[in-house]
Amino acid sequence: MRYHIGNLLRGSLSGQTGWPAQWRDPAPKPSYEAIVVGAGGHGLATAYYLASRYGVNRVAVLEKGWLGGGNTGRNTTIVRSNYLWQESQGIYEHAMKLWQDLSHELNYNVMYSARGVLTLAHSVHDIQIVKRHVHANRLSGIDNEWLTPAQTKEFCPPLNISPSLRYPVLGASLQRRGGTARHDAVAWGFARAADRLGVDIIQNCEVTAIRRGPDGAVTGVETTRGAIAAPKIGVVAAGHTSHVMAMADVRMPLESYTLQALVSEPVKPVLPCVVMSNGVHAYISQSDKGELVIGSGTDQYLSYAQTGALHISTHTLEAISDLFPAFRRMRMLRNWGGIVDVTVDRSPIVGLTPVPGLFVNCGWGTGGFKATPGSGEVFAATIAKGVPHPIAAPFSMERFRTGRLIDEAAAAGVAH
Amino acid sequence: MLNIRCPYCEEDRPEIEFRNAGEAHIARPDEPDRVDDRQWADFLYTRDNPKGWHAERWRHVHGCGRFFNAVRHSVDDRILLTYKAGEPKPDIERMLREREA
Ligand SMILES: Cc1cc2nc3c(=O)[nH]c(=O)nc-3n(C[C@H](O)[C@H](O)[C@H](O)COP(=O)(O)OP(=O)(O)OC[C@H]3O[C@@H](n4cnc5c(N)ncnc54)[C@H](O)[C@@H]3O)c2cc1C
Ligand SMILES: [Zn+2]
Repeated sequence: MRYHIGNLLRGSLSGQTGWPAQWRDPAPKPSYEAIVVGAGGHGLATAYYLASRYGVNRVAVLEKGWLGGGNTGRNTTIVRSNYLWQESQGIYEHAMKLWQDLSHELNYNVMYSARGVLTLAHSVHDIQIVKRHVHANRLSGIDNEWLTPAQTKEFCPPLNISPSLRYPVLGASLQRRGGTARHDAVAWGFARAADRLGVDIIQNCEVTAIRRGPDGAVTGVETTRGAIAAPKIGVVAAGHTSHVMAMADVRMPLESYTLQALVSEPVKPVLPCVVMSNGVHAYISQSDKGELVIGSGTDQYLSYAQTGALHISTHTLEAISDLFPAFRRMRMLRNWGGIVDVTVDRSPIVGLTPVPGLFVNCGWGTGGFKATPGSGEVFAATIAKGVPHPIAAPFSMERFRTGRLIDEAAAAGVAH
Repeated sequence: MLNIRCPYCEEDRPEIEFRNAGEAHIARPDEPDRVDDRQWADFLYTRDNPKGWHAERWRHVHGCGRFFNAVRHSVDDRILLTYKAGEPKPDIERMLREREA
């Protein structure tokens, strides 16, 4: 069913009853043209673009839990494209352009809100790095501007710019097209649109083995719901990628860590934009429900436990309390963790693997939500054609051998 | 928050006294000129990243300052043992069997 003003009005008059399910709950078929492992935003977007733009319709998305239950449903939803290196600008700006029209394209409100993203500078070094990003972005035609402390305060009134702060605000960059999107709606919107194009989204279906023929090429997967054949497999399993790729004897340049986030009790609109600080490690915005959504840091050790240590979130809350004195007495309602797959250069891996027919899209680590539509689009092209999409090409696994790293880690001081 | 036993200090201490330093027992190639780029990349970047038992390096930065190794389960965070740097990687399967016996 397509949503339009008529049936939305009818829905609101009839107490929102009578809506059909947004996607089917199909049993796995014996074979497909392509299998996507992982129904997070990136996997679902991949399936949607395979079917909508690249003519591959017999696609299954296999998900061990429920769709959107991984990092897609656990992230703090910051969307921006102001990365330093041209390769990164290529892929994140590709996504940024898709965000602009995504609700319309999917016929689903993903609540993309271009409220502006501030990146704070707290030291001379920060100022240099942030300004370097501003200049690099503008040279590439990507909007980003430098604000003085007073201009920053004007854009974000609750921010404390007192010079006596331990880490004073010495300025900030502002990307006005940056902002947030509703994480669940992104997963649901792509799921519904892919389902309408015939994609089977199969939940509670964990991939347990990857089958290969005598020539080494993939022939399908084994799952908790039986074997499924396909000549092409795209692994989009975020923190679990090393585990899944090991099923095809491929070792990855990844480490998985728990990254935490928290939300406060809901309050009236108080924070008009997104504020990030790599220096004091705090990321904050306000959801439409009124909760402050706060991103914290990763634990220091490899983990699949999905619960982070309390001292990590305490550290972030201390920084938030300094920057926003008005929030000091707010109560935090929930905190949680997601398992993020981190590469050494903090850039993703999107492309082919040494195993014929096996493709991988991973390494988005602490900052891949913003890339969801762009990542899905270029990965779908890569799977359909069997060669890397030009935007994806620099993000091959081979870069770790050739040394052509895309070092956003050094560029930002930290990930995100 | 982990509670970690430093094998040098022989004390259990909170995690904030320590720094994790990644997978243990990754030896730098003896003759760097003789390994190809693939092997060099493996040494630098490729990691097991297992869902399960993991031998990893820790440093007691706010204590004795020394590096040591730990075997920890990456799903439930249980630490099986810690041991001094230079000691061989323990046979984890055997240790678990002996503990159960
Ligand atoms: C706390 C937190 C805050 C973040 N904040 C931001 C932010 O503000 N902005 C931003 O851009 N990014 C952010 N990120 C990062 C972002 O969430 C991720 O990069 C992105 O959501 C990854 O999407 P994905 O679809 O690749 O992964 P996921 O949504 O994790 O999907 C992977 C799916 O694969 C499934 N899977 C795994 N193994 C198997 C198997 N064997 N068989 C079948 N299915 C399997 C999983 O169950 C999961 O559903 C944050 C992450 C976290 C954890
Ligand atoms: Zn010690």
